[in-house]
Amino acid sequence: MSKVKKKIKVIKIDVDKCNGCRACELICSSFHASPKYSSNNPERSRIRLIRDPIKDIYLPVYAGEYTPSECTGRNKYVLDGREYSECDTCRASCPSRSLFKEPDSGLPLKCDMCDGEEEPLCVTWCLAKALTYEEREEEREEEPKLGEMEIGLESLVHRHGLQKVMDTIARLSKKG
Amino acid sequence: MAFAEAGFNLEIDLTRGSIERVATDPGLSKLYLGGLGTNTKILWDRVPPEVEPFSPENLLIFGTGLLVGTPAPGCNRTIVSTISPQTKLMAYSMMGGFWAPELKYAGYDKVIFRGKSPTLVYLWINNDKVEIRDASHLAGKGAVETQELIRQELKEPYAQVAAIGLAGENRVFTASIEQGRSSASRLGIGAVMGDKGIKAIAVRGTKDINIARPAEYMQLCSDVLKYISDREEKPVPGVMPILAGLGSPQEMLHTDEKWHTENFSWGNSRTRRKEFWTKEVEEKWKETQENARTRLISCYNCPMKCGAIISLPGMSTYMMKCFTKLTYNMAAFVDDLDFGFRIAQRATEYGVDGFSTPQIMAFAFELLEAGILTDKDFEGCPTDNEGKFYWLLDKIVRREGIGDVLADGTHWAAQKIGKGAEAYAHNNIKKHEQLPLKLGMLNPVYFLMYCTGEKANITQIEGQFPQAPFPTMEEREDFVKDWVHVPDEKFKQYLLDWEVRGEKSNPYYPTVDMSVDIVDWQEKMHYIDDALGMCAGLSSFPLKPPYHIHNYPAFISSATGFDIDEAGVSLAAKRSRTLVRAFNIRRGLSRADEKPPEDHWRKRFPELEEQLLDAYYKFKGWNNQGIPTKETLHELGMDYVSEDLEKRGILSYE
Repeated sequence: MSKVKKKIKVIKIDVDKCNGCRACELICSSFHASPKYSSNNPERSRIRLIRDPIKDIYLPVYAGEYTPSECTGRNKYVLDGREYSECDTCRASCPSRSLFKEPDSGLPLKCDMCDGEEEPLCVTWCLAKALTYEEREEEREEEPKLGEMEIGLESLVHRHGLQKVMDTIARLSKKG
Repeated sequence: MAFAEAGFNLEIDLTRGSIERVATDPGLSKLYLGGLGTNTKILWDRVPPEVEPFSPENLLIFGTGLLVGTPAPGCNRTIVSTISPQTKLMAYSMMGGFWAPELKYAGYDKVIFRGKSPTLVYLWINNDKVEIRDASHLAGKGAVETQELIRQELKEPYAQVAAIGLAGENRVFTASIEQGRSSASRLGIGAVMGDKGIKAIAVRGTKDINIARPAEYMQLCSDVLKYISDREEKPVPGVMPILAGLGSPQEMLHTDEKWHTENFSWGNSRTRRKEFWTKEVEEKWKETQENARTRLISCYNCPMKCGAIISLPGMSTYMMKCFTKLTYNMAAFVDDLDFGFRIAQRATEYGVDGFSTPQIMAFAFELLEAGILTDKDFEGCPTDNEGKFYWLLDKIVRREGIGDVLADGTHWAAQKIGKGAEAYAHNNIKKHEQLPLKLGMLNPVYFLMYCTGEKANITQIEGQFPQAPFPTMEEREDFVKDWVHVPDEKFKQYLLDWEVRGEKSNPYYPTVDMSVDIVDWQEKMHYIDDALGMCAGLSSFPLKPPYHIHNYPAFISSATGFDIDEAGVSLAAKRSRTLVRAFNIRRGLSRADEKPPEDHWRKRFPELEEQLLDAYYKFKGWNNQGIPTKETLHELGMDYVSEDLEKRGILSYE
């Protein structure tokens, strides 16, 4: 397979600079509202600030992949004398917690780096500079591009198992 | 669909234990804008003047500002309104933090309490589910501690909790309501909360706040954010550091306290220590502050870092902001800043106002020195300055012995103590303790703000016009160059002509009419902020802030969808200001109450002062007793007020 250059978008998080204001959450929810900026609700945000002022914990976490089941991670990290649970540092939209789910539908949320904007808006709105944006190029193996159908089927397989999907397709094809 | 607002209030009857969700009248927001404006309307309609602060008929209203929960940076304030036990007038103390936006996201604009709970309770608002819960296990717990205990008990780390400490439970007149890094401290609203039997209000909200014209609104918010960013790079030259930037005074950031420690008075607002700030003190205080301060922190959606997390060995962590850093040290004559941080931790857990409380203690020790109080009143009190203050703070908060008398504040304590104690309660306006600031020459603008400010708190009245003239014309011209904030070009000329000495200097310049103009502008900005829930630190308080009279109308219009221009916003602010006044007039406020402490300025000008008050009242459309006239009320569409005042015989019309 050939190598290709790919633009990697990176948000650098400096937790020591975070002032705990949650502007990142607010602007994220606003940007992703439909129509754009029409509503505000941090619960819909794809970035959440894990925040415990008394323990001086300020940890912005971005929404990542959806996971259908919770993991076994129950470890604790102590960084600079502050204790974080493994969960705190995880970006998954996971059944074990309410984080990164649409409040009405429960559908998973995922950060898209504010596609179409110059930089993610959480970065623009972080005047404390706890969040900064970087782009870098990386060489990667070219991956075969999946078609729309494949992506759809893959998620169905992921959810129901290959056998069930094949059985269903077989049944549907008989009907046709 | 409601825009900017949630469209519902919660009505809680504590006596009956009932909870109602009541749709609000959007027409009222157009007239009064929300926040303080609509809080006042509710108080006017439902709390007649006979109602005492600790009566079940008194209301305690937690109102959010009109734009709270939207992306307008710094718009996060809760406006708490009730009758003050100290002034017996309307109290509207406010807090920033995270509570008001959370309430909006839960689907409510206000929580209105009436009645009294027979036992200590807390309110748990979780979107549509609202419960009154037992709080007997939280009795006596600290105000900061309680917030954490409730979050744990509810298993809701994201809940925002506003709580009182022991002082509120014991109805101490300087009791505050604490919430995160913020507190609503002034005028004893924590005592009313305690009297109603509410230990705390916990909120969790996951609903939307909608914007009527999203793209337009976001552009305005982005412009403000950009302005803040640029403005932080450009401090105003020629003024002291805390006035040069934005935000509430940056007491947690700056360690240089030469100005406060040498210009503000120590003890019971008596002694200036002009040689206090030595090199040695400077180094020691810097070290103490930097060790105590873990992080500078902000309120919801605000880039300013006005607060700090304070963590000292041997005590639990708490959050601090603004001037409380110095008030205990200066009142107690303690030169070690470590004491200030430590006693403030205890005071914050007790939930007391950091302005009034130290002054009450200094007042008490002055009375002891003068022989008006005796050693018997202070039995068991240590003799060192630090120990004395810790001892008395406990007595006040627990209302034990002399502490019970002092817990009512200097004015009422002096009345009870008698024997000339009244003369020692010398730093009050409308019975409420003020900043320990004693100056030389009367400043006409400040004179008016002190007298007539309904907040009874000068720090929340001052504003966008410089506090003192710039010495040179060059500096003045430089200042007015980008002064877009003025409502009218004439204000630039006022400043350009204002001299340090000579004919055009204090107290006769700014002239009476100019002073009234300036005060009206500053006051108007505060009333708008308090209606919108905007922090004064980004608007009415500092020089050249991001929000001003020219961009506010667009903010309000695009957020709410009701179109309002500058004149409309000014009119709404005037309605709100007039209604607060009428409410207080109905409760007995009179011209005689409108005076700063006798010794606030060394040089006083009785005749000029009367002229200033006359002109201010006239400008406002009030009679010479400070009562809004029938014509004024009619123009504002507030005939309901004049009818009431007339019926009560407060105003008689031919």
